[in-house]
Amino acid sequence: MTARVAPTAVSIAAEVRGGTRSARSVVEEHLARIAEREPAIHAFNLVLRDEALAAADAVDAAVAAGDDPGPLAGVPVALKDNLCTRGVPTTCSSRILEGWRPPYDATVVERLRRSGAITIGKTNLDEFAMGSSTENSAFGPTRNPHDLTKVPGGSSGGSAAAVAANFAPLALGSDTGGSIRQPASLCGVVGVKPTYGVVSRYGLVAFASSLDQIGPFATTVHDAALLLEIIGGHDPLDSTSIPSPAPSLVDVLDRGVDGLRIGIIGELAGEGIAPDVLARLHEAANVLEKAGAIIDTATIPAAMYGLSAYYLIAPAEASSNLARYDGVRYGLRVDAPTTAEMNELSRTAGFGAEVKRRIMLGTYALSAGYYDSYYGKAQKVRTLIINDFAKAYEQFDLLLSPTSPTTAFALGAKTSDPLTMYLNDICTIPSNLAGQPAMSVPFGVGDDGMPVGVQLLAPLQGEPTMFRAAAVLEAAMKETSR
Amino acid sequence: MTEVIEFQPGWELIVGLEVHCELATKTKMFCGCRNEFGHEPNTNVCPTCLGLPGSLPVVNGSAVEYAMRLGRALQCTVSPSVFARKNYFYPDMPKDYQVTQYDKPTNTAGKLELPDGSFVGITRAHLEEDTGKTSHQGGDGRIHGAESSLVDYNRAGVPLVEIVSEPDIRTADQAKAYVDELRKIVLALGVSDAKMEEGSMRVDANVSVRPVGEPEFRTRCEIKNINSIRSVGRAIEHEAKRHIALYDVGEKPTQETRHWDEEHGRTRAGRSKENSDDYRYFDEPDLVPLVPTADDIARIDAALPMLPASRRRRLAEITGAAAADVTLVVDRGHDDFVVSVVGVGADAKKTLTRVENDLPPDQPITLAPQSFAQLVIMETAGELTATQAKQVLAEMLENGGDPKAIAAAKGFEAMASGALEAVVDGIIAANPADWAEFVVADDKARKKLSGFFTGQVMKATQGQADGRAVAEVLARRAAR
Amino acid sequence: MLPMPKPISRADVAHVARLARLRLTDDELDQFTPQLAAVLAHAADVEALDVTGVVPTAHPLPLRNVVRADVVRPSIDRAAVLAAAPNVEDGQFRVPSILAEES
Repeated sequence: MTARVAPTAVSIAAEVRGGTRSARSVVEEHLARIAEREPAIHAFNLVLRDEALAAADAVDAAVAAGDDPGPLAGVPVALKDNLCTRGVPTTCSSRILEGWRPPYDATVVERLRRSGAITIGKTNLDEFAMGSSTENSAFGPTRNPHDLTKVPGGSSGGSAAAVAANFAPLALGSDTGGSIRQPASLCGVVGVKPTYGVVSRYGLVAFASSLDQIGPFATTVHDAALLLEIIGGHDPLDSTSIPSPAPSLVDVLDRGVDGLRIGIIGELAGEGIAPDVLARLHEAANVLEKAGAIIDTATIPAAMYGLSAYYLIAPAEASSNLARYDGVRYGLRVDAPTTAEMNELSRTAGFGAEVKRRIMLGTYALSAGYYDSYYGKAQKVRTLIINDFAKAYEQFDLLLSPTSPTTAFALGAKTSDPLTMYLNDICTIPSNLAGQPAMSVPFGVGDDGMPVGVQLLAPLQGEPTMFRAAAVLEAAMKETSR
Repeated sequence: MTEVIEFQPGWELIVGLEVHCELATKTKMFCGCRNEFGHEPNTNVCPTCLGLPGSLPVVNGSAVEYAMRLGRALQCTVSPSVFARKNYFYPDMPKDYQVTQYDKPTNTAGKLELPDGSFVGITRAHLEEDTGKTSHQGGDGRIHGAESSLVDYNRAGVPLVEIVSEPDIRTADQAKAYVDELRKIVLALGVSDAKMEEGSMRVDANVSVRPVGEPEFRTRCEIKNINSIRSVGRAIEHEAKRHIALYDVGEKPTQETRHWDEEHGRTRAGRSKENSDDYRYFDEPDLVPLVPTADDIARIDAALPMLPASRRRRLAEITGAAAADVTLVVDRGHDDFVVSVVGVGADAKKTLTRVENDLPPDQPITLAPQSFAQLVIMETAGELTATQAKQVLAEMLENGGDPKAIAAAKGFEAMASGALEAVVDGIIAANPADWAEFVVADDKARKKLSGFFTGQVMKATQGQADGRAVAEVLARRAAR
Repeated sequence: MLPMPKPISRADVAHVARLARLRLTDDELDQFTPQLAAVLAHAADVEALDVTGVVPTAHPLPLRNVVRADVVRPSIDRAAVLAAAPNVEDGQFRVPSILAEES
């Protein structure tokens, strides 16, 4: 693994805004890296070479004219391919949307454009965001830049890999059960799932509506904070959007953790977690303690049921969200003499196996006679989890856990049994069910030399505190990095 | 309603009606697209009402307001509500689920008063979004036998209120009256233009029958595609007879949805029940609950206009007429006028009659109540005959003007009642013998004598006297 | 406490596939049935939890009354809408014969 010093978003923006570097040269640098390593990694479904250069030229023109080019001027950003980009194919890595060009931009895409950032490509994902390894993509898997025989994690594997390979300093992903944090951990980058409602979901192709959130990938905590400030904040087009502006994060990064009470989640720090991951977790706790935090053990008993509740709620909502792919208005159509048959043939040809599995699981969980036993009950388990978190947050300001039970596994290692794959999400799922923010911060490597991430969890709208602790961990890593 | 109404000897008809009203908001239920009939296909659409991937709904505040208004007009309880998804596949549904209200609707437990004074219970009135429109190609334009269909999503997402009645309706006429009254209420509230012919009001009838005396309900069928109030009656009667005919031969109707075929006057089976009705309802995760406050409800109540039932009641009280007899004037929106006219002193019964019979039925009344009142008073006082009054009115309608002035201009001498009485007294005095007979005569004889006296008064006034006024004076004199 | 439903059967999976407009081969039915059963069996561990009196969470946030003003916003250009359509005629989306009558 080459230690390459790639520019951060903050440094690029400063140079471009200051006129000391052209946006075009920035984009060319990143396109060159993409040309070199993308064939092996396959982070992208689509590289937007010409569009990015044109956007870069526009930024340079603005700077030359003395106009404000925006806080992220010239910074390349990779977008997960389930974010709608007007006129640009948005496939969700599914055959059913292959070639579909949305007639509108997602709110986050619009906010990015206004910030001067440059979309450099649409990244690969598990089909419709359903998966933990990006192996469920209809267009082939993405490989982990640290070891091409291993998965980058999922479902936002392409975005995580793009940032890890320095194809772009920033990327956006989506997180429903851990789909930003887990790949961030496996690829050694920063990944954040904000509080539910902080970032607008308008234009995010829905998987599980009450769990989905868009969030940033970055190589530094500062970059992630900046990106979240730009994409976050109330959106009148999203009824579940919190009626507040984006949290102020960059300004609080240096405040440290002195006096903060941080709890290690006991249920996620023992059985089921690989020993090397646990070791990194405890080292991280020590770092925070040395920096003045008070460390203790926290308990979230209901977290053990998070997986079960999630694998009823998420597929149920997904089964409904994916009904619209019926071959009528857009996407793949396989013709037939009747509409019902046409629906069937189109969906059968267009969806992969994991998507079909989850649609059927979800349909079953909602169906007559089963609602109370499955979906209804899972929504109650959700309340129990929220209650447990509430109790924990009476005692603690932040919680700590591993992000993923293991480091990156080999491609093909977990594809034969869906349940085995689902277990990757045990640490990340509870935050989605509770709607609370959580982020993964790279913290060393495992015994196999592959990245390990630690997860910080905070109460609703607790991003500022969470980022402060992340900054402390990052600083410690910088000191000990090779 | 304890008395059983027989539909046919031995059989009772049970009907519940589901009426969908498109709300007359400017925009759709969950997006800002225009809510307007008659545009080029697929021109009033956006990511949300097309159900494009990534789109999200945002509730139209006016639609909620209208729904609560309608609920309160139907005496419903307005409660916190939650939107839900009703999941099923159909090409006119952009998301292949409909956003509606399921177990927590906006309005519950109301009632609708019919003109005859009876009530039909309202189970609920909830908000939901409309579907797109399909037109069918090949065949005869109907869905059966069509080779393909075309879909227009302009209507997709238009706000609807679905009003579900209790199965309280027992006759086809009652069903028609219910739909008619509901339509009037909705129009009075201004929440919908309720045109069945344009589809902004749609009626589905749930029809079953049972033997008189049997307490349980039997199998019911849902009848769709009823496009006029007349069809409501026809479809219900046909369907009920169909059920009875089946029972009569030892069979029974299948529980199903059927379509009313107006052309052939019959219902036809619709979708097969192999397609299960498992809608897999769950709370819509993209929307949050609506919680109206007591203040919201009070504000809505205070702003409710006077509704048809209240108007009928008011007019009946003021005029002493039966409720059935004031319906026409109320339906035309002319009752406020009658009330104003009576309020400035005109005779109530006469005012009602004149307004009902002599004013253009399809237009709002532009006459000033004072003028009309004056006309009625003149007629009541005998200053004008009925014919003369009509002529004055016609003039007032055409050119405006004051009734007294018009009467004078037309030479209708106002026979002031004093002057008329004086003439009558004169005739009485000149015919003492006939008068003595008149006073003691029975009704039959009086009639004949009355004619003699009236004739004399007419001669004396050169035909200006009003026959009825004369009779009145005679009667009064005889009573002294 | 509700009794746990019977494990999902092959017939259940076939039924659910129909509801979801998916056509599965016999092999897929054979494959998916135990996989779904395993996930649902795993979900059975929530059976152990006492959820009496627990209010379900539909939303993590206590937002209420989110509404917008009844103001017209521009629609999308029809050409853009129809450009993505698999089959268009007369400015409308064309579909094959619709047998099942829903609305």
